[in-house]
Amino acid sequence: MTSRIRAIAFNTFREAVRDRVLYNLVFFALLLVACAPLLGEISIGVQRVLLINLSLSAISIFGIVISIFVGISLVSKEIERRTLYPVMSRPVGRGEFILGKYFGLAGTLLFNTGAMAGGFYIALLLMTRSFTQADANILIAIYFLFLQFVVVIGLALLFSSFSSPLLSALFAFSMFVAGTFASDLRAFAAMGQGPERWLARAASFVVPNLASLNVITRVSHDQLIPFGLVAYNTLYTGLYAAVTISGAVLIFSRRDLK
Amino acid sequence: MFAVEILGLDKIYKIGFWRKKDKVGLRNLHLEIPQGEVFGFLGPNGAGKTTTLKLLMGLISPTAGTARILNQPWRDPAVRARIGFLPEQPYFYDYLTPTELLNYYGTLSGVSVTDRRLRIPKLLERVGLAEHGSMQLRKFSKGMLQRVGIAQAVLHEPEVIFLDEPMSGLDPVGRREVRDFILSFNREGKTLFFSTHILADAEALCHRVAVLNKGELRGVSVVADLLSQTRGNFEVVWQGATAIPAMRSLGAELHAAGELTRAVVSEGKLQAALDALKSHAARLISVTPVGGSIEEYFLQKLVEPTEARQ
Repeated sequence: MTSRIRAIAFNTFREAVRDRVLYNLVFFALLLVACAPLLGEISIGVQRVLLINLSLSAISIFGIVISIFVGISLVSKEIERRTLYPVMSRPVGRGEFILGKYFGLAGTLLFNTGAMAGGFYIALLLMTRSFTQADANILIAIYFLFLQFVVVIGLALLFSSFSSPLLSALFAFSMFVAGTFASDLRAFAAMGQGPERWLARAASFVVPNLASLNVITRVSHDQLIPFGLVAYNTLYTGLYAAVTISGAVLIFSRRDLK
Repeated sequence: MFAVEILGLDKIYKIGFWRKKDKVGLRNLHLEIPQGEVFGFLGPNGAGKTTTLKLLMGLISPTAGTARILNQPWRDPAVRARIGFLPEQPYFYDYLTPTELLNYYGTLSGVSVTDRRLRIPKLLERVGLAEHGSMQLRKFSKGMLQRVGIAQAVLHEPEVIFLDEPMSGLDPVGRREVRDFILSFNREGKTLFFSTHILADAEALCHRVAVLNKGELRGVSVVADLLSQTRGNFEVVWQGATAIPAMRSLGAELHAAGELTRAVVSEGKLQAALDALKSHAARLISVTPVGGSIEEYFLQKLVEPTEARQ
């Protein structure tokens, strides 16, 4: 079972590489180079905050775009192009296929995020000439960004298992936006009364809590991220991803591949 | 033992915005295919051939009925490792090379690394792609892709191979190659189940054929029996005199091509026709009984009313 999931995951990663998905790394590098003159105009302390905010936001945007747009096509493209037929006629379970696809894209994003993080740390070193303890803290923010991608890929897969690519992209993007404001939704649920309160509360559980996974501003100002939050976010992401993937497997298993 | 047993498979598609309308994909299909047979599944476009193959491959679920492949439930994963499948107009991951693609499919079918290393070069050699093993599939012609498709279908050495329109869209050379592959796999003892609407291919390859139309099985027949059925007519071919009035008076239509002339006469008039040729000093080339054909059988089954079929 694991060898088949691994083979599907590796093939998904290879497809992303050969379909030039990772070209976004070039854009990321160009962005850093283009911002260098701008950063030169301001003081070193502000430079560092700006570089962290700019780089991590870019990692987030590139990653979310890939998660949504590659995520929604993971299954639909295989059905549309009928590349799925020779795969599913072999001893491959539908669940194995979904898991392989999921891990393949998550692996691609891990590589992508890792490469961007590497680029960011090189830029930071060139600017500050040496690393401090606080710079290691930024890695946690990058790890949380990766967890966001893990959640969004799950959502994209779930939606694409029953709707068209366009609608799936719309749903996944809406969930991402709503998830970004998850803490506001929870606050609203706490303030509300009657049915609104329950409705808002239910929505706050369905919508992914991506706000908790965004600590860019905190790390840019050298605030330490408590270990408890790291553990909570890791567990939360694992559970949320497990639920969305299970839903995708359940729907895909019953689907006719026309 | 039967290689394939189809036991009352039904497929009704729900169509329309509210999915309330029914469209019959397949109705109560019963078929038994013994091991070692080349079985042709004939029918016009939309007859239900691809639906049957998709059901057997587990790509779609039946509305009713079941099937057994190699004496096991057809959805059993263990069965999947013992069957091969070539979809209609196959499209493979075009960013891969044939070697990478076969490695991938081999892993999914449970072929060991050692076996893959041994089999893939041999298989590429066999399908004539040895020199293109490291070229991306996006650069392949349709015929080359079909050969890759055949290679992936047999890579794990399956006992039953299902082919959906394997000659469709190929040029005469490509069709001939696919025919040769089918025959060679059958000589190795494999059972082949293929759908086609090219009747000449079925005639050349199949032991038995089934005719399907509008989702219903119209008939199954042994190809050799069909071809050996004479209609009591003989084709006479001769050289020399082309206009022989006596032949025309026997009711035969004469067709001249170069020095040769041919006519079809009934068994009762054959002797009179031969006498007429002798009297005109024509050189007799051949006398051949006119047999039935799959085409006749196919057309007959398509138009036959339901109650006459059984």
